[in-house]
Amino acid sequence: MNLFKRYLGRKAALPAPFGAEWTAAEEGSGNTGSRKMFLRRFRKHKLAVAGVAVLGALIVCAILAPIIAPYSPTAMTDEFGAAPSWKHLLGTDPVGRDQLSRLIYGARVSLSVGIGSMLIASVIGTVLGLVSGYFGRWVDNVIMRVTDMFMSFPYIMLILVVASIVGPGLTNIILILGFLGWPAVARLVRGSVLAVKQTDYVKASVALGYRTPRILFRHVLPNTVAPILIFATSGVAGAILDEAALSFLGLGVQPPDASWGNMLASAQTLTVLTSQPWLWVPPGVLMIAGVLSINFIGDALRDALDPRNNK
Amino acid sequence: MFNYVIRRLLIALPVLLGVTVINFIIMRMAPGNPVDMLVNPKLPAAAIEAKRLELGLNDPAYMQYLNWLRNLVLHGDLGYSMISYAPVTELIGSRMGPTLLLMGAALVLGLAIAIPLGVLSASRQYSKLDYTAVTGSFLGISIPNFFLGLALIYLFSLQLNWLPSSGMRELGGGGGFLDVLLHLILPVIVLTANVAGRNIRYVRSSMLEILDQDYLRTARAKGLREFLVVNRHAMRNALIPIVTVLGMEIPILFGGAVVIEQIFSWPGIGQLTLSSIMNRDYSTIMGLNLAAAVIVIAANLLTDIAYALVDPRIKNSYRGAAQS
Repeated sequence: MNLFKRYLGRKAALPAPFGAEWTAAEEGSGNTGSRKMFLRRFRKHKLAVAGVAVLGALIVCAILAPIIAPYSPTAMTDEFGAAPSWKHLLGTDPVGRDQLSRLIYGARVSLSVGIGSMLIASVIGTVLGLVSGYFGRWVDNVIMRVTDMFMSFPYIMLILVVASIVGPGLTNIILILGFLGWPAVARLVRGSVLAVKQTDYVKASVALGYRTPRILFRHVLPNTVAPILIFATSGVAGAILDEAALSFLGLGVQPPDASWGNMLASAQTLTVLTSQPWLWVPPGVLMIAGVLSINFIGDALRDALDPRNNK
Repeated sequence: MFNYVIRRLLIALPVLLGVTVINFIIMRMAPGNPVDMLVNPKLPAAAIEAKRLELGLNDPAYMQYLNWLRNLVLHGDLGYSMISYAPVTELIGSRMGPTLLLMGAALVLGLAIAIPLGVLSASRQYSKLDYTAVTGSFLGISIPNFFLGLALIYLFSLQLNWLPSSGMRELGGGGGFLDVLLHLILPVIVLTANVAGRNIRYVRSSMLEILDQDYLRTARAKGLREFLVVNRHAMRNALIPIVTVLGMEIPILFGGAVVIEQIFSWPGIGQLTLSSIMNRDYSTIMGLNLAAAVIVIAANLLTDIAYALVDPRIKNSYRGAAQS
C-alpha cells in the first residue's frame, strides 16, 4: 500500500479535489501530524477497532492454518457427523472431516478471494477510470459504455454463468470476481479524476510539459486513492460474500476443499439443519463476523480519510 | 424534457446491443454442448451430427448470433430451450411473475424501513437510535443472505412450525392470496434485510448533508417546529438521491433472487437460471440474461428520467455538452 502511505504522508486532511492548497513546508511537518489525525479519527470508531482485532485474528488463523488446525481439513477421521467433543471441538461433518480445521482453512479461502479479487478489480478499474476520466471525449465514451454494458447484467447472474463456463475452483473464482468487479471501480475513479483534472496543479503539470503517464500516475492517481481504498474495503467484504454464495450454489470452491460457503451448502438438508447445528452455525457466524469487521473498517476509513471532516 | 428522454434512449440502445454481444461471446466460450447432454452417447455419429445441424450448432458464430438477433427483433422469439424444447420466452414469462413479486415486495418493504429509519437516524445523529440503526444497517449488508435464509427456515419452519419453508403455494389445493403471502414472508424478510441494510446509511448521509445547509438554519431561525423542518424542508431534498436507488437495487436484487429462490424453492427466474446453467441450456441462459439486462436498463432509464423530473438541475446540465 505504498500509494496509501504516500497519500497519508501528503496531509490527508487537504487533498486537492476540494480546492485546498498546501505548501512544501506544510508537507514536511504534516507527515506525522496527518498520520496521528488519521489514527485519532479511526480510533473513534470503536466497532472498527474491534473489527481490526477480529480481522487480525482471522488473518493470523489463515496464515498459520497448517500449524493451528488440529487436523488436515480434507482428512477423514473415524467419526462421521459427530457432535462437538474434546477430540473435535466443533464436531465432524458427515464425511468425517474435522469441522474446526475446515473453518480455519476456510478463512484462507475467504480472505484470499476477498483481497485477491479486489486487487485485480481495483487495478483494472483504476487504469480504465484514469484513462476514461483524463482523456474524455470518445475514449471516455467507449469505456463508459462498456462499463454500462457490464453493469447491466445482474452481477451474480453474470458470475454464475462465467463460473459455470470457466469451471469452479479457488483460482478461477478470484479471477472471475476480479475481472468482473472492475466496472464500479472504473466509474468511481473516473468521477474523482474529472474533479482532480480541474485543479490548478494538474493544469500546471500540463503546462510544465510533463508526459501524460507521469501526470496520471504521479499527480492524478494519488489524489484518487482515498475513494478507491474506501471502495475496495467494502469490495473485499462483497467479494467474500460472493464467493460464499457461489460455493453455496456449488459453482465455487469445491469439496473436499473447505470454504465457508460450501460448508453452509451442506446445511441445506433437513437433518443437518435440525439436528447438526455445529455444521452450519459456525461458518455462518464467522462469515458475519469477518464481513462485518471489514465493513466497519471501511466506514471508519471513510470518516478518517474524509477531508471535509475536520474534527 | 423530451430531448433528454430521447438522448437517454439513444444511449440505452447500443448498450443493450452490446449486452447481447457480450452475452453471446460468453456462451460461445462455453465448453461442452447441449447435444452431449441431450443425446444418448451410444447413438451413431451421424445422428448426433444431424441433431447438431438441427440446432444450428454448426453455423459460424456470427451467423448464429445474427439468426438469434433477427428472430428476437422480428418475432420477439428467443428460440427454444435446448433441454425442454419449450419456447424460451414462455419459460421466462412463466417465471418472471414470482420473481418480480419477490423483488417488488422486498424493495417496497426495504425502502419503507430504510427511509424513515434513515431520516430519524440523521435528525438524531449520535443518539442511541442512530447507533442502533447504523449498526443494524451494517448487519443487513454483512449477513450472507443464504445464511439468514437457512436460519429463518430453522427458526420459523422447523422449530416453531409457523411458516412454510419452500415453494410458492401449498401442494394440492390452496394457492389463494393468503397461501402465497405465507410462502412469501420468509424469502422477503431475507431480501428486505439486505435492501434496508444497504439504504439506511444512504438515506442517513443524504439527510445529514441536507441538514447542514443554510436554508434549514433559516427555517429554524424563523421559528419553524423541528418536525416541520425535518419532514417538510429537509426530507424533500434529501430523498431526491433516493430515486437513483431503484436503479441500483434492481440488479443486486436479481442476484439475491438467484440465491434466495434456490433456498426457498421459489419458482422464479433465479431457479430457472441455476438449472439452465447446470444443464448448459445456452438458449435459455441467453434469454434470461437478456431479460434481466432489459429490466436493469429500463429501470436505470426510468430512474434517470424520474431524477430529472424531481431535480431540474440535472436536466439542465444535460442540455448542452456530452454526458454519461
